[in-house]
Amino acid sequence: MGFVSSYRLRLQRKRWRLRALRKRRELRRVAVRTRQIGRDDVLVFATLRNERLRLPYFLSYYRDLGIGHFLMVDNGSDDGSREYLEAQPDVSLWRTDKSYKRARFGADWLNWLQRRHGHGHWCLTVDVDEFFIYPFCDTRPITALTDWLDASSIKSFGAMLVDMYPKGPIDAVPYREAQDPFEIASWFDSGNYTIRKNRRYGNLWIQGGPRARTFFADRPDRAPALNKVPLVKWHRSYAYVSSTHMLLPRGLNLVYDEWGGEKASGALLHAKFLHTFVEKSAEELTRRQHYANSHEYRAYNTVLRENPDLWCKWSEKYINWRQLEILGLMSKGNWA
Amino acid sequence: MSVGFVMLAHTALDRASAVARHWATQDCPVVIHVDRRVSRIDYRSFVEGLSDLHNIRFCRRHRCDWGTWSITQATISGVEVALAEFPELRHVYLASGTCLPLRPIEEMRHYLNARPRTDFIESVTTDDVPWTIGGLDEERFTLRFPFSWKKHRRLFDRYVRLQRRIGFKRRIPPGVEPHLGSQWWCLTRKTLTAILTDPDRALYERYFRRVWIPDESYFQTLARKHSSHIESRSLTLSKFDFQGKPHIFYDDHLQLLRRSDCFVARKIWPQADRLYDAFLAPDAGQANRAEPNPSKIDRLFAKAVERRTRGRSGLYMQSRFPNEGWENGKTCTRYSVFEGFSELFENFETWLGKSVGARVHGHLFHPDRAEFAGREGIYNGGLSDSATLRDYDPRAFLTNLIWNTRGERQCLQFGPGDRQDISWFIASDPNAQISVITGAWALPLFHSRQSFIDLRKRAAQLQRIEARHLDILRQPQTRARVRIWTMADFVQNPMEPLQIIIDEIAPRAQRRLTEAPQMVCLDGFGQFLQNLKNEGMMPYLMGDFPVGEDPHHTPAQPHKPYLVN
Repeated sequence: MGFVSSYRLRLQRKRWRLRALRKRRELRRVAVRTRQIGRDDVLVFATLRNERLRLPYFLSYYRDLGIGHFLMVDNGSDDGSREYLEAQPDVSLWRTDKSYKRARFGADWLNWLQRRHGHGHWCLTVDVDEFFIYPFCDTRPITALTDWLDASSIKSFGAMLVDMYPKGPIDAVPYREAQDPFEIASWFDSGNYTIRKNRRYGNLWIQGGPRARTFFADRPDRAPALNKVPLVKWHRSYAYVSSTHMLLPRGLNLVYDEWGGEKASGALLHAKFLHTFVEKSAEELTRRQHYANSHEYRAYNTVLRENPDLWCKWSEKYINWRQLEILGLMSKGNWA
Repeated sequence: MSVGFVMLAHTALDRASAVARHWATQDCPVVIHVDRRVSRIDYRSFVEGLSDLHNIRFCRRHRCDWGTWSITQATISGVEVALAEFPELRHVYLASGTCLPLRPIEEMRHYLNARPRTDFIESVTTDDVPWTIGGLDEERFTLRFPFSWKKHRRLFDRYVRLQRRIGFKRRIPPGVEPHLGSQWWCLTRKTLTAILTDPDRALYERYFRRVWIPDESYFQTLARKHSSHIESRSLTLSKFDFQGKPHIFYDDHLQLLRRSDCFVARKIWPQADRLYDAFLAPDAGQANRAEPNPSKIDRLFAKAVERRTRGRSGLYMQSRFPNEGWENGKTCTRYSVFEGFSELFENFETWLGKSVGARVHGHLFHPDRAEFAGREGIYNGGLSDSATLRDYDPRAFLTNLIWNTRGERQCLQFGPGDRQDISWFIASDPNAQISVITGAWALPLFHSRQSFIDLRKRAAQLQRIEARHLDILRQPQTRARVRIWTMADFVQNPMEPLQIIIDEIAPRAQRRLTEAPQMVCLDGFGQFLQNLKNEGMMPYLMGDFPVGEDPHHTPAQPHKPYLVN
């Protein structure tokens, strides 16, 4: 990487940071409890819109992992999400009714909050339907992971998005509040992912899974990206570039080994395909607030009319992280 | 006569305090060194927390930086206090604040009493250590290291390089043979006294102050000079990973640690409540006189290092994406590629599946769809048979398939009618077994009822593609196991090559082939080739098929397979 392109990336990072600074004015404080944040707390950052149904399980899942504080942005919910979050003792909530798309799909808002409150903390940036798992997550809290990463001088931790789906039509079994979504959407694809290297940012670009084979079989290049770097020891000069797929400085994207070894990595179980998905994707189509003109949601809608079954006889039923590590979707690396 | 501890603590003081209390209440004196960096308030409350115990002492505090003399200085201070204050001590055990005793102190005392004159200290000459990181082993003793490795890595590295270039070398004091080893030891009073009262101690200290990581060499070297009986191993279970930092133990290691039979383990994650509760409990002791046996733990951590440095062959994933040439195996296991066989033989796939018990696919790279075994729409791992998805990344398609079906041999058909992008990859993969009958692509044309003009065009095209493919297979870079026959040679004697291929796929299937696959009808094929020639095309890949004379191996009764032998 030459001097010019690395300087260009530096300028780009400054631009995202400035943009975050400007976009902070869109945020209104609802309940800010950031003074409670302890020195060694791991923080969760999320934006959401109308996710009242999912919130109880989301919070309890991450509390059990050992998350210290949640910093969330509510983008114009009208289903009671805001009131619910406002009442939680470990949540700091901001709200905005401004465009999600023009805040670069929430990245600007979160970049600002991370810069303001995340500096020096391990920050986990997820959506409300993403559930972080990492090696030994059933026996060790997330602080064990972050302590180990600190001791190993690792600053960022990759976790690939694994789309989970139910057997049968997506809306056959309704999801109940506080239920584990993976009781319903307990299946995933184990080995149909393609990987490319993004030379510019140094990250891997992973595609595939059930979404590629059902919704994007004729346009695989448009299938959504599954690579994510959600857990970062934040420094105020960092910035997410596009969702949590990549960030700057680019060294943070190097969560993979290029010389044959395996680095430790986790997974984000994606509970997107619950019964809510059908109405949500119809709504997103009219809101047009998603990436690349919401072409993703247009593809969903075309196929969803036929009410497809994502399940096939080769689908794997989720058991635990060890299963994912044996299948080769994540790795313990040298953490033992 | 007993054993006492010198403990170096800098973080997790509550745990250090619990461990010190555990030892002290069981009649083992403890001298604690607390890092100068610990704030005065924390230090004072730490001292007060232990003030009810009469056999705990605190030594002079030093500011400890990793890799520097300060840690050795702290150790020496601790040892001096221990020797002076507790005259009954025979062994001094050096431990850290993140150490945890795994066996009752009674057992350790018994063990040491049985070996009253033994010094337990890992001590190896620099020629024999495989585990130094960064290539610094002997140079630890001959270069200067004024810059901190942790804080000024670049300066550190540059200064080392500079010294190498100008050939700088420090003189090692006479009578000293540099040895390295684990920082954690258990030495006798006699040896420690000899080290601390050595008339040359000042000289040695001046020398070791500038040695890199003296805590792994000062006592290790001087013990060699003064000890009469060294057991070169550490009683502390302490494992290092490939970067040279210690592995950490967590709650889920409980059973592993119990079975290790080691006396002390380091380092323990400070929040590992279950470990601390289990091993510091007053009745933790079970009668046990076993020798320490860390081999299970060794294996666990050796595997972790292996995973980090070599990884699983043939796996491409989010945290393992090797550069070209660094894959340790482009695919994870062996597979076979058959070219021309399904054209020459009827129902070749079924026959092959029966003969070798492998999974036999059709043309996986067929332009219309991936022909999985049984023509399934979705295959193992969720691979789709869609040609578009496959052609988006053919390499990933193949490596995924081989990875997903680990434990089962995969066989696939290939030919000039298929997508050729994968050609190079297969040819360069040592796991591929490629068998080619050249020119067999002409048989489907021969049997088809297309107009001859189209046939001729198609034949020329297929021949061109196959010739290019064969060129690749004959490149010096090819690593696959390649066998090539012309069709004319093959039909003369099909059984022998088939037997060779199948023996290679399933070496333990002792049976000789009894049932041969049935060849398609070749009557008139020579004439067909001649017709192509007459049209101005030159079909050469199939070898020599004389006009009018059909190969004698064509079975007389086309519906009954024949037997060999």
